[in-house]
Amino acid sequence: MDQRPLGVLRKLNLRMTFSPMSIINNTNFSETLKFWPRHNEAIYRRLESKHSWVENGGDGAAGDPLENEMILNIGPQHPATHGVLRAVVKLDGETIQGCVLDIGYLHRGVEKIAENKTYQEFMPYTDRMDYLSPYSNNVAWCLAVEKLAGIEVPDRAQWIRMMMSEIARISSHLIWMGVGLMDAGAVSMFLWTFQAREDIYEIFDEVAGARLTVSHSRIGGVATDLNAAGINLITKFAADFPAVLAGWEKLLNRNRIWIDRNVGIGHLSAEDVVRMGMTGPNLRGSGVEHDIRRFEPYLKYNDVDFIIPIRTEGDALARYFVRLDEMKESIKIINQCLDKLKTLQGPVRANDAKKSSSSKNEVFYSMEGLIHDFMYTDTGVAPPKGAASYHAIEAPKGELGFYLQSDGTGNPWRARMNSPSFTNLQALETMMEGGVMGDMVILIGTIDPVLGEADK
Amino acid sequence: MDLAWYWTALIAFAITNFLLISASVLVYAERKVSGYMQNRPGPNRVGPFGFLQPFADVVKLVFKENIVPTLANPFVHSLAPMMMVVIAMTAGALIPFARGVVVADMDVSILVLLALTSISVYGVTLAGWSSNSKYSLLGGLRSSAQMISYELSMGLAVLSVVLIASSLNMVTIVEDQAGGYGLFAWNVFRNPIGCILFIVTAFAETNRAPFDLPEAEQELVGGYHTEYSGMKFGMFFLAEYVNFFVASFVIVTLFFGGYLLPFESVIIAQFPALADSYLLMALQIGTVVIKAGFFAYVFIWVRWTLPRFKYTQLMTLGWKYLLPIALVNVLLVALGLAILH
Repeated sequence: MDQRPLGVLRKLNLRMTFSPMSIINNTNFSETLKFWPRHNEAIYRRLESKHSWVENGGDGAAGDPLENEMILNIGPQHPATHGVLRAVVKLDGETIQGCVLDIGYLHRGVEKIAENKTYQEFMPYTDRMDYLSPYSNNVAWCLAVEKLAGIEVPDRAQWIRMMMSEIARISSHLIWMGVGLMDAGAVSMFLWTFQAREDIYEIFDEVAGARLTVSHSRIGGVATDLNAAGINLITKFAADFPAVLAGWEKLLNRNRIWIDRNVGIGHLSAEDVVRMGMTGPNLRGSGVEHDIRRFEPYLKYNDVDFIIPIRTEGDALARYFVRLDEMKESIKIINQCLDKLKTLQGPVRANDAKKSSSSKNEVFYSMEGLIHDFMYTDTGVAPPKGAASYHAIEAPKGELGFYLQSDGTGNPWRARMNSPSFTNLQALETMMEGGVMGDMVILIGTIDPVLGEADK
Repeated sequence: MDLAWYWTALIAFAITNFLLISASVLVYAERKVSGYMQNRPGPNRVGPFGFLQPFADVVKLVFKENIVPTLANPFVHSLAPMMMVVIAMTAGALIPFARGVVVADMDVSILVLLALTSISVYGVTLAGWSSNSKYSLLGGLRSSAQMISYELSMGLAVLSVVLIASSLNMVTIVEDQAGGYGLFAWNVFRNPIGCILFIVTAFAETNRAPFDLPEAEQELVGGYHTEYSGMKFGMFFLAEYVNFFVASFVIVTLFFGGYLLPFESVIIAQFPALADSYLLMALQIGTVVIKAGFFAYVFIWVRWTLPRFKYTQLMTLGWKYLLPIALVNVLLVALGLAILH
């Protein structure tokens, strides 16, 4: 046996090797299992090098002869890290000299799970990635699959999807706002935004049947059409929310403490954000005009009138204003969708039993419908062999894209996810350096990461 | 005024208990007020209207395990919370609650008060240091820097009051505000800048939001009391509430006429029998408690509205704005007194 640190696996090995009950010929698994210890060792080495990087200033030389500096481990259990983000920072007094991020504490291997599920079966898993705006993820997945399999989605379903995605955008930005302010010390804001989010939960409850993990989108359409109660709730929300938002703006936009804590913090130039691959409001806060809704329109974004809020300052305050304005634009889109849906009638799911699940009416009362339902549940959509596609949407946090490869069966051969939180977190190390401890909470808030999505 | 020793002891006992009870009431008030501000009911399960909630909390804290980190200094770790409570309670001895109702009526009581607030920084700093935790240490350091920065402005604000009253005795300062019609002689009208300065620095000295950087829940996970549990944490909690209640009393004493009834001279002229009666004493106690209660409410109100300062902002505010303003204010008050007298 070689000198591997993981005794547990070695013991496991031995037990399996000498098991008298084994019916497998090759009972020596040491070669097979070698990957895991090696893999773990690599992770430990990387983490250790991160610490030594932070401790000796990166170049191997022992810095800090006066011992002013302190290494502080923030997270993964820390109130300001929005989940399980871990940051190791080097502090000189209050000033952050260096920062190393560590993610992966919420890794669930969703990309691998997708390979063992049918396309429709995987859709509920997307709820659990960016759990603050599940509807956008559902839509992103379904659009990617529809592009791969060439499925036409009825217009009404597309308008419903668009409207609900915008509601999800507002709900995500509400969390960003409430949690960001709570981290800054204004706890009341958190509860006020949650009150508005409660209205959104009610909308989802009425429309999709679930408050948080909505799973409403289906391949080829949506699960159910909007009912009158749902439309009433959405209309009421769209009418009331601007006044609520205006009240918060009145409280915050002239608040000396809040503005001063944000202005000039985490400054990123337009070149920086593009180089670091940031997306979404973080990109637009630095003056880069890019929004997939406008430049590569999906759903019906071509048919609605809205503007893309852009700020050029590139600091936390600019991103704050971008997100505030985005919420107002979302309300504008929701109102247009409501108007459109009044007149636009029709099915909400593609009428093709090979590509989208049949209506319950068909399944319950016809033989073919039952067979189709059985086949669709069992195998589902089977895109052509060798097909591959990438489709991205503008999720609340940025570009959320799925890359899919098909081998002609009902399961994706490869599914890869381009999640905005993951790419946005790349900038956090740069932003933190030179800030003070108080900036840390503001910066994590302004990136607005969701670790379920970043860790996949 | 000379009081018999048993009379002093009785008042001291009453005030200590009053402060202890008021801390519970304030905890309840804080949770209830914050509840209403956040559109939720607040505590409403323990006792009528949830009024027994703070007592249930205390019982919980008493029965919780006392954890001392392995690498902590156990003696200092235990000393720090006691220090906080003792200092917070001692300050109560200096406050005149009614004419003649004061435990320690000394010539330099305002100086003693400033000294006590200066010592209380040791409680926080030692707690942060002795826990041997990095978060606690940062909290302790923040606290010492903050208190030193704001003590200067606070001292200067107090100095302007002392100049007006020509006395360091808090009772004399209160009686000095009895002139005029008993309302417009309050120092808040004679010295408004000093009043605002003192209120701001009082927030900083008591570590209340938006100056609660030493605890900074979201950055330092509780700061100096991260490593405390059970009743030791409870003592920090108690000290915080007693501190800001005492600070409210000091604000009232220095700037809002202390125990004086509004228009007291007019009322006594109307009802001469009231002078030196026990009824007047009761009325005065009621007045000072109501006034202080209002400022305690302001403390709570501000805490649940404003975000927290950043460390650099705090220092900028303290040194670049408050200190020059305080200096100019002292100069103005001195000039005004020189011209008027």
